[in-house]
Amino acid sequence: MILQNAQGDARIIAGGQSLMPMLNFRLATPTLLVDLNRIAALSGIGMTDEGLRIGAMTRTRDIETSALIAQHQPLIAHAVPHIAHLPIRSRGTIGGSLSHADPAAEFPALMLAVDAQMVLHGPQGARVVPAGEYFQGLFETATKSAEILTHIDLPHWPEARRFGFQEYSRRRGDFALAGIAFWADMDGDICGECRVVAFGVSDRPVRLHGVEQILQSHPLNDADAMLQARDAVDDLLEPDSDLQASAEYRRMLAAELLQRAVHAAGGMA
Amino acid sequence: MAQGSLIGQSLPRVEDDRLLDGAGCYIDDVALPGMMHMAILRSSDAHGRITALDCSAARLVPGVIDVFTAEDWPQDMPVIPMRLIPLESSVPFLQRPLAQGKVRYVGEPVAVVVARDRRTAEDALEFLELEIEALPPVVTRDQALAATGDALMVPEVGTNISAQYQIGRGDIEDAFARADVTLKKTFQSHRHTAVPLETRGTIAVFDIAAGKLTIHGASKVTFFNRAELAKAFNLRNDQVDLITSDIGGGFGVRGELYPEYYLAAEASRRTGRPVKWIEDRREHFAATNHSRDVDCELEIAALKDGTILGMRGQVRADMGAYIRTNGNVVPAKAGQFLPGPYRVPAFACEVLALVTNKTPVGTYRGPGRIEANFFRERMLDCLADELGMDPAALRMKNLLGAAEMPFDTGDLLPNAQKVVFDSGDYPATFRKLLDECDWDAPAQVHSDGRLHAMGLACFNESSGGGLYENARISVAASGQITVSTGSSSMGQGVETAIRQICADALSMAPERITVALSSTTLLSDGVGSFHSRSTVMAGSAVGQAAAELLDQARGEAGRRLNAAPAELDYSDGVFRVMGQSDRSIRLSDLSAMLSDQGGLDVESRYEQAPLGFSFGAHAAHVAIDPGTGDIEVLDYWVVEDVGRVLNPALVEGQTIGGVVQGLGDALYGELVYDDMGQLLTASFADYLLPTSTEVPDIRAVATGDYPSPHNPYGFKGAGEGGIVAVAAAVGNAIARAIGPAGDAICQTPFHPEKILTLLHAAKKGKQ
Repeated sequence: MILQNAQGDARIIAGGQSLMPMLNFRLATPTLLVDLNRIAALSGIGMTDEGLRIGAMTRTRDIETSALIAQHQPLIAHAVPHIAHLPIRSRGTIGGSLSHADPAAEFPALMLAVDAQMVLHGPQGARVVPAGEYFQGLFETATKSAEILTHIDLPHWPEARRFGFQEYSRRRGDFALAGIAFWADMDGDICGECRVVAFGVSDRPVRLHGVEQILQSHPLNDADAMLQARDAVDDLLEPDSDLQASAEYRRMLAAELLQRAVHAAGGMA
Repeated sequence: MAQGSLIGQSLPRVEDDRLLDGAGCYIDDVALPGMMHMAILRSSDAHGRITALDCSAARLVPGVIDVFTAEDWPQDMPVIPMRLIPLESSVPFLQRPLAQGKVRYVGEPVAVVVARDRRTAEDALEFLELEIEALPPVVTRDQALAATGDALMVPEVGTNISAQYQIGRGDIEDAFARADVTLKKTFQSHRHTAVPLETRGTIAVFDIAAGKLTIHGASKVTFFNRAELAKAFNLRNDQVDLITSDIGGGFGVRGELYPEYYLAAEASRRTGRPVKWIEDRREHFAATNHSRDVDCELEIAALKDGTILGMRGQVRADMGAYIRTNGNVVPAKAGQFLPGPYRVPAFACEVLALVTNKTPVGTYRGPGRIEANFFRERMLDCLADELGMDPAALRMKNLLGAAEMPFDTGDLLPNAQKVVFDSGDYPATFRKLLDECDWDAPAQVHSDGRLHAMGLACFNESSGGGLYENARISVAASGQITVSTGSSSMGQGVETAIRQICADALSMAPERITVALSSTTLLSDGVGSFHSRSTVMAGSAVGQAAAELLDQARGEAGRRLNAAPAELDYSDGVFRVMGQSDRSIRLSDLSAMLSDQGGLDVESRYEQAPLGFSFGAHAAHVAIDPGTGDIEVLDYWVVEDVGRVLNPALVEGQTIGGVVQGLGDALYGELVYDDMGQLLTASFADYLLPTSTEVPDIRAVATGDYPSPHNPYGFKGAGEGGIVAVAAAVGNAIARAIGPAGDAICQTPFHPEKILTLLHAAKKGKQ
């Protein structure tokens, strides 16, 4: 209601870890801030028939320390400590990070990697958007102006799934210059279905289908497949250059991080 | 308590309780009745002519009480002078408080808004209509040298060279003719600056009726700044007061006479209100002095056995758009320190200062030294590689020994000031560093897949500059002693040091001494805090003032006790007639008896003797990730002989802080401009500082083996030795870690991308 009446001139504030700096720099100048912090129903992690449901206002730190996440979403559990610093994780929320949609942030990449479903509520009711359609560009999502991201549904994580997560930043806790989230469903020693998601290298997290195809039906320690996969990363990515890293460096990093993530999944790290 | 017994003690920092409890008083904590706030319209163009500036809409914004521009200045706008190493050729490039006709860097003040609060003032800036006709931006040294016509900062001068001169000693042609080996390389030290946690700020109170200008939030060089502000506003010195407060970091950039001090004073004069200005972080990156940004073409001549015969080269400093108060310190010191602590019998160097469309350059902790040490020490490692020598052995062979002291360095400064290294045994101190870091131990094998190596760098460092310093000691009837000096505190521990020296000189418990620093109301004159001078100069002045005070008190005590002054013993604030302990009188009682003459209250000026030079060496252990280029500094060692050590804990803190700051500068912080002269690094998102997770294990050893003969305590400065050789030592370690590819490590900062690119290129070259 409030969002509708503000006609696009309102912003939702969750943990404030991205929006507050933007306000401070006068990069965002909304006339109205809608604070979700006191809506208890938007926080928490619970089991569903299909997997896990995480409330959008759940703090990053609560995800990091959650026994449910540790047990049922080991890739997320492993990756969350890479997010910024403890004070930021204590305040920042998963929904805030996903709504902000920074292409170098970990949560968007993780949601894409685990096939998360975003639950949005608006004046017309609820709708569900898969992570693959949710991120639409630099700081852009499928959320419409009067909608709120309320929950994230995570599908079941099979027992035999192996994973690796790697990112590189110049200082610990910074946004990644490049990062890779990887999982593979193993058929004995052979890589079956797998996911390769790169972040920090485009305007949104990207799934590298071409690299997945190369890795499939080989052991994770197959050196030739890895060489091809590294080359494919180099071919598929077209990152931008910025102050912190050139496009070429980001490609080199992504290829190296892919190798490390796959080897970690294979227990070779 | 005997005199001398407190020197060398690690007394805890007296300022810490206040600062850590949140009880410090910083400039933004000060609020005065009726106070207004100032915001500054800064140029968003690097170079251009101001064709229109319409303030009428901004004046109408509710809450705005004044707007002014250069045109509104009541008379000729003052020129901000050079305080240090002024050269005639630099004068046309001095800055005025507001841009007049032209803007010359992004961030240059163009207009001022005064409003009831900062928010309103900033909102009103958006209503100022500024039109600028673009002129060609000059953003590199080569562009500055090639500039003509519209690309000249001041067309009437006809060049963007603001200073150019030659320095040297010995027969350079002969040195190169006799050499077995010569090497030539080009180095560059990147543009960066100090980033104090607390940004700058001031409150100006211009009381026209009383004829009084008070500037709060002053620091560093309050007396010089007072004299200049008095001139600018047609006041006498005694009509202007500069008041210091707690400071969240100075590092050389804070407390210089910047445009904003004039602007706040003028804003207060115009409005009749106290006017506060607090720099925000974005302003800090564009408005506070930048530093470094020097390149150097360097050539070295040596014999096969490693004996250095000579060095020659050219140093070129990018000074930014104007020459500010620090004058030519950066290029001059980069030239002067190029031969370093080594024999180098022949040396020749051309020094060039160039103006460009960037923020002006000033001094930042270790000005010119960081640059010179990086250039020379990298060159020495390259020479060691060329000769197949151990880098430590090459240095040991050429360092100046005790028998060569004092060592006359020749004419290395443009103002013909003679510089002599006073004392030290550089090889002996260097040996201590090599032992400390276990340099001679067999190389360890590391199994983490990274490339490990150690790097070394040596330096020497002048301290105690500035012609004099004043100290004043007064004794209250309560027995409390107050000591003031012209040097000011920026958080570096000067309060502790001054209290310690005063307590020692008066043989009293430190708790009885209160320190009040640098405000112009406290002393008749003073100089300030820079050039690692506070303990050396202000400390010596305090010792001298204490001796004069005790001398005066002894005479008075003799009269009161009917004894000859020579018959009196003094200790712990009490004079006693020798052998008769019941005949005694306290300093506090004497001061009370003398209350009609102002009590015991002595101000003394300590005049400068020649500079003292510390010597030190750094070692760094780095590990490079060959897959990402990541650079991790694992261990760091500093050994420095700082003359007599006043307070080992303070020196250690200064050194460790300096190393951390130096690591940040060598690995992260860089001020980047694009081709149009736009500053791209104006926030902490882009200008990276080291955090606690990036800090290695640092061991800092201060030796007191070679006291300076030039001051009564034998002190040498200890404020800059921690930072001045970090880029050099880390650069050498990285170069050694990555093997032959390391030959290309000639520029700071060291970026993992550069390392990975070098490693990839080397791999391709081999295939």
